Amino acid sequence: MSDVPLLQVTDLVKHFPIKSGVLVDREVARVRAVDGVSLTLGDGETLGLVGESGCGKSTVCRAIMQLVAPTSGSVLFAGEELVGRSAREMRPLRRQIQMIFQDPFASLNPRKRIGQIVGDPLVLHGVAKGSEVKPRVQELLERVGLQAEHYNRYPHEFSGGQRQRIGIARAIGLRPRLIIADEPVSALDVSVQAQIINLLDDLQREFSMAYLFVAHDLGVVRHVSNRVAVMYLGKIVEEADADSLYSNPQHPYTQALLSAVPIPDPRENAARQRITLTGDVPSPIDPPPGCRFHTRCPKATEICRSTEPLLQGDGHVVACHHPG
Amino acid sequence: MTPVLSVQDLRVGFATDDGQVRAVDGVSFDVARSEVLAIVGESGCGKSVTAQTLIGLTRSPNTTITGSVMFDGRDLNTLPDRELQKIRGARIAMVFQDPMTSLNPVYRVGNQIAEAIRAHRDMPKAAAIERAVELLGMVGIPNPQRRVRDYPHEFSGGMRQRVMIAMALALEPEVLIADEPTTALDVTIQAQILDLLRSLNHDKGVSVVLITHDLGVVAELADRVVVMYAGQVVEQAGVGDLFADPRHPYTRGLLASIPRLDGPVGQRLPQIPGHPPSLLNPPSGCRFAARCPEVFADCATPPPLSDHSGHEVRCWKVEAVSR
Repeated sequence: MSDVPLLQVTDLVKHFPIKSGVLVDREVARVRAVDGVSLTLGDGETLGLVGESGCGKSTVCRAIMQLVAPTSGSVLFAGEELVGRSAREMRPLRRQIQMIFQDPFASLNPRKRIGQIVGDPLVLHGVAKGSEVKPRVQELLERVGLQAEHYNRYPHEFSGGQRQRIGIARAIGLRPRLIIADEPVSALDVSVQAQIINLLDDLQREFSMAYLFVAHDLGVVRHVSNRVAVMYLGKIVEEADADSLYSNPQHPYTQALLSAVPIPDPRENAARQRITLTGDVPSPIDPPPGCRFHTRCPKATEICRSTEPLLQGDGHVVACHHPG
Repeated sequence: MTPVLSVQDLRVGFATDDGQVRAVDGVSFDVARSEVLAIVGESGCGKSVTAQTLIGLTRSPNTTITGSVMFDGRDLNTLPDRELQKIRGARIAMVFQDPMTSLNPVYRVGNQIAEAIRAHRDMPKAAAIERAVELLGMVGIPNPQRRVRDYPHEFSGGMRQRVMIAMALALEPEVLIADEPTTALDVTIQAQILDLLRSLNHDKGVSVVLITHDLGVVAELADRVVVMYAGQVVEQAGVGDLFADPRHPYTRGLLASIPRLDGPVGQRLPQIPGHPPSLLNPPSGCRFAARCPEVFADCATPPPLSDHSGHEVRCWKVEAVSR
């Protein structure tokens, strides 16, 4: 691996202003969706990003892609800064960064045929033109486990799992170096979920792509990721190698998350220790001072209410005053 | 002991332009007093249709329902709507997956709970609101006195699901049908709701029919499990037995394909190839045959659901081995 990481996100911030007013919009508050997130991802690696609804994980993806303009921070892709680029300036790089979305029903245009959905990016980026497009698309469809005859069909003719395969074919067509997958298997049944996870795994090996894999299912993330980052209220609270994070979680939030996942085995469920968090995630409009987790944390003390903990550690980093 | 609810050979067909969809095709099970029975399966297996049919929610001119749902000596399937209404909500209540769409956004939650009570009991409104406060407190909503005057949008997802559960329990039903009650919730909130359902089941002795696709949730909460595939029951057993010794190839495949927190890493996830058959035109033999790793000649004829000392399985292979 070269010295320059494929993706280096530094102190990424995205605040959404809340405006109010009759004639002049005044900003009355801001939703601190992402509040200082740093990530590093190497070639061919998978970084899992987990957290509950509203923690900002999807906004991180969109801000990396410049689909929303970050408020501040830097996103270096292969050493090149993405923040501040116009749509036109982003275009050549989009070929190298592709996205797979959660909802296979909403992310495919219902009026387009599969051939167009998968083929258009190839034409737009000048990878194929004219009569080259169809065989390329058919090859891609077969690669993701569909059939060449599906070229002329419409999205509604496919099941959820098959649609997700179409989305994957569209994403890999340009041979990207990085795929940002935002909850790619959350909408699928378990048996189909396993098929898609295996497909993503095979494709990564074949094309040596890096994945930023966003999900709320900790089992899925453990299965696919080399490293895992845990987000809470717009910040990363812990990041480590998958093994280390799952076997030795340091942050009380990570511990609670892991202990809340139901294990499909009644004996193990009965045997293990449970940390049940009380209450809900606070609003990102007015996050708690100090450590953002202190309102729900079983270990919280005075310092947690006043001082924000920084991410610390070597390899296994954690932002907590009382780790372990 | 006689079961609270006994379902025999339930069949539900929906007429469509393409023909009849046999969503539920001969499902039988009993729900014992104060037990949690889980019905588990993937999208389209008929688990939700089964649950809804128990309390007559699938009745429509396009639907054909046969079989029986015995409750308190009466067959709910043949009960006229007016009679069924007296039972639904009062003695058999239901909690749905999406707490946002199942509450009315323009009424205060207290009024909605009070209305549910007053639909069945002759109770003054003030007393019904009192009862709503008590119920909200019971399901763990802080400041119930104040919250009873809030609107649904003022509650978070988990809190809304608690409101739904409070409403369902308002008339102290004997059976609670929970259709994917935690699917829309985050894991930490899911854990809270599962705790709540468990303690209600323990303390109040209410029987729970839990509909879910999540085998983890089943392992947490259920006493007994019915596994459905393509409109039929393929396996039924006690929860310990099912997880320790899953016998139907579908159940085994399903369990193996879950990426677990305690499973091996770096290995390929076992997967079930293909996808479930269309219920417009289900296969004539075993419905799982096309995806089954253990398929053999016998599978061309439909296997019966047979009882192996309390563990029911619908599979020719299991039959052959046990013979």
